[in-house]
Amino acid sequence: MSKTDVSRRGLLRTGAVTAGGLALPTIFTAQSASAFTNDPTGGTVTLGFNVPQTGAYADEGADELRAYQLAVEHLNGEGDGGMLNTFSSKALEGNGILGKKVEYVTGDTQTKSDAARASAKSMIEKDGAIMITGGSSSGVAVAVQGLCQEAGVIFMAGLTHSNDTTGKDKKANGFRHFFNAYMSAAALAPVLKNLYGSDRKAYHLTADYTWGWTQEESIKAATEALGWETVNTVKTPLAATDFSSYIAPVLNSGADVLVLNHYGGNMVNSLTNAVQFGLREKQVNGKNFEIVVPLYSRLMAKGAGENVKGIHGSTNWHWSLQDEGSKAFVRSFGTKYGFPPSQAAHTCYVQALLYADAVARGGSFNPCSVVEALEGFEFDGMGNGKTLYRAEDHQCFKDVLVVRGKENPTSEFDLLEVVEVTPREQVEYPVDHPMFAGGQLGSCNPGA
Amino acid sequence: MDAFLLQILNGLDKGSAYALIALGLTLIFGTLGVVNFAHGALFMIGAFCAVTVQKFLTLSVETIDPEKTDFLGNPLKVKTPYVENWFGPDIGNAIIDWSVPLAILFAIPIMIAVGFIMERGLIKHFYKRPHADQILVTFGLAIVLQEVIKYFYGANPIPTPAPEALNGVANLGAIVGLDLIYPVWRIVYFCFACLIISGVFAFLQFTTFGMVVRAGMADRETVGLLGINIDRRFTIMFGIAAAVAGLAGVMYTPINSPNYHMGMDFLVLSFVVVVVGGMGSLPGAVLAGFLLGILESFASMEWAINLIPGINQIIIYLVAIIILLVRPRGLMGRKGVMED
Repeated sequence: MSKTDVSRRGLLRTGAVTAGGLALPTIFTAQSASAFTNDPTGGTVTLGFNVPQTGAYADEGADELRAYQLAVEHLNGEGDGGMLNTFSSKALEGNGILGKKVEYVTGDTQTKSDAARASAKSMIEKDGAIMITGGSSSGVAVAVQGLCQEAGVIFMAGLTHSNDTTGKDKKANGFRHFFNAYMSAAALAPVLKNLYGSDRKAYHLTADYTWGWTQEESIKAATEALGWETVNTVKTPLAATDFSSYIAPVLNSGADVLVLNHYGGNMVNSLTNAVQFGLREKQVNGKNFEIVVPLYSRLMAKGAGENVKGIHGSTNWHWSLQDEGSKAFVRSFGTKYGFPPSQAAHTCYVQALLYADAVARGGSFNPCSVVEALEGFEFDGMGNGKTLYRAEDHQCFKDVLVVRGKENPTSEFDLLEVVEVTPREQVEYPVDHPMFAGGQLGSCNPGA
Repeated sequence: MDAFLLQILNGLDKGSAYALIALGLTLIFGTLGVVNFAHGALFMIGAFCAVTVQKFLTLSVETIDPEKTDFLGNPLKVKTPYVENWFGPDIGNAIIDWSVPLAILFAIPIMIAVGFIMERGLIKHFYKRPHADQILVTFGLAIVLQEVIKYFYGANPIPTPAPEALNGVANLGAIVGLDLIYPVWRIVYFCFACLIISGVFAFLQFTTFGMVVRAGMADRETVGLLGINIDRRFTIMFGIAAAVAGLAGVMYTPINSPNYHMGMDFLVLSFVVVVVGGMGSLPGAVLAGFLLGILESFASMEWAINLIPGINQIIIYLVAIIILLVRPRGLMGRKGVMED
């Protein structure tokens, strides 16, 4: 017969420990159900600005960073408020985001997907960034967007123009304010028809990566719909610097339009080379030979100097716009930095404000609350007229600018002139458009 | 036929830059035995000499134009270059227009000085070290130099146009009834490259200094035993090699707007050119430069890409592999060089 010594106090102690032990997983489960990655608990909230600080796009990255710093100032109630004064939503009060002071950390994408992912990961895991934004490349945007989806933070894309960012690579946690290749084509095509007619033969030189491919596909489809014939499409290596051997075959191809699906340094060099070969003075098929640069960047156009004069293209935004939002932003930026902002700066500034506004309207930093607030959100006063963040693919729909290299610039910033503001309706497309097919938006991931 | 000839011209033009850089690389390797990975940076510094001269010539006095406004609505500051004020608009504009050719005069002493400083200050300490150490230190130096340039000039390309008179196209085939249009400046660049290459060869072939250098390249020890300070001559050759790369950079600026990274774009290709030409062989470097330039141009043609997709990106390396398999010392390599 065995004897068991069980005292009342011992039983109570054992029971309490057992109950506590059993409850422990429930406590964790209950906590994680209401939490999300990098939930800001103190008096501050940290945003992660992931921009190219080294490499060929460092100047564009520096302009993005200037815009973000300006946005942080305005969100915290400093400076003149910029676009907060013209933004149609009035949820932001200049007291940070939900009363928390906005702080930021920066990462260097180097315009390389792996480096961009590493810097975004570091900002999320080490610095506690609740949102990642910025970048000057579609390859980077797609890579970082995927990372943010997995990590459970919001990604507000910077400059990314490939259809894929909100097409086959779209993600629920990712949002793009910048326009895309399809929109460029839809805006440019009617202008090209008016200028050059519908009987044209086009030759495409295309940067051999995701953005170039979608740009070529979009422009080709839009111009062929006008009646243009595509004579040839040639992919050029991204690392190419001298395009003379690609330009030379154009001379005898029978083409009378050269479309340069190049951006950044590629665009500067290919356009310079094309002008050197006398293409702009050339007559083919009884018509003046024309060059088109579908995506313009003022910062980069500066590198091509006089060669941009009279060349048509499209852009997301330009500092010379005269709406109240653009004027407010140009005033804030110009006063602080001494020169007008680029389109990259504009889209980054707007993205920072849109994120903060979505948090304020949703009343939470939870990514799923932000997604809900941004999906289908219509706003105005941010420089591109009435804009919609479409729920189905997280792409902004707004007016697109067709621009031309200015013949008589009055300053080093006055390189492009707006030829036409293409209305939003003209650049819209259905969610299931073949150029955006594949991939699933999925559902938001709050992480944690 | 026209397209074929055009690509030959393109190849000669591209090859000019490769040959000039490879020539300098070979001069340094042949004399000092140093594998100089900073040589592309010298090409880039040369290009930025042209940018600097252009900036210097366009230094301006600011006046306020009360009738015009800037982007913030303030009275517009109008910039007038000092040279226009000093010499009048016609002469002033002409001076600015010819800034690239004028930059040659500026670049020669600057590049020789940069070469001296580089050799005396850093590279001479690595003469007796393994080639791997030399590569590491010169590659690191190249990165430092390009970051310095980026700090002062930014990352974006800076337009540096050719003089208006040399900016158009010339129909080279007009005499024989062909439509062979080619940019004038590229023709100038090719002629300039030929001039520099001829000058270097003449200098080495027909001067006492050149003779001693050649003797030193063949047998450094024996030349030293004759009481000749070969090290001093080799240092001068480093300066000359730097000047050659720099001049190649100056004249290249109207072809492609210079940026801080342009040296790296040429560096690897130029090393391939040196290896294909034969380590230490000056004629080999020049021959391989033009040859690979022409092959690269042909590989960019549609039929070539259709035949072998991606050939335009790998042609130089492919040819290098084939040549090294068939002739391990390169086209004109000398026995014993880098074979110890």
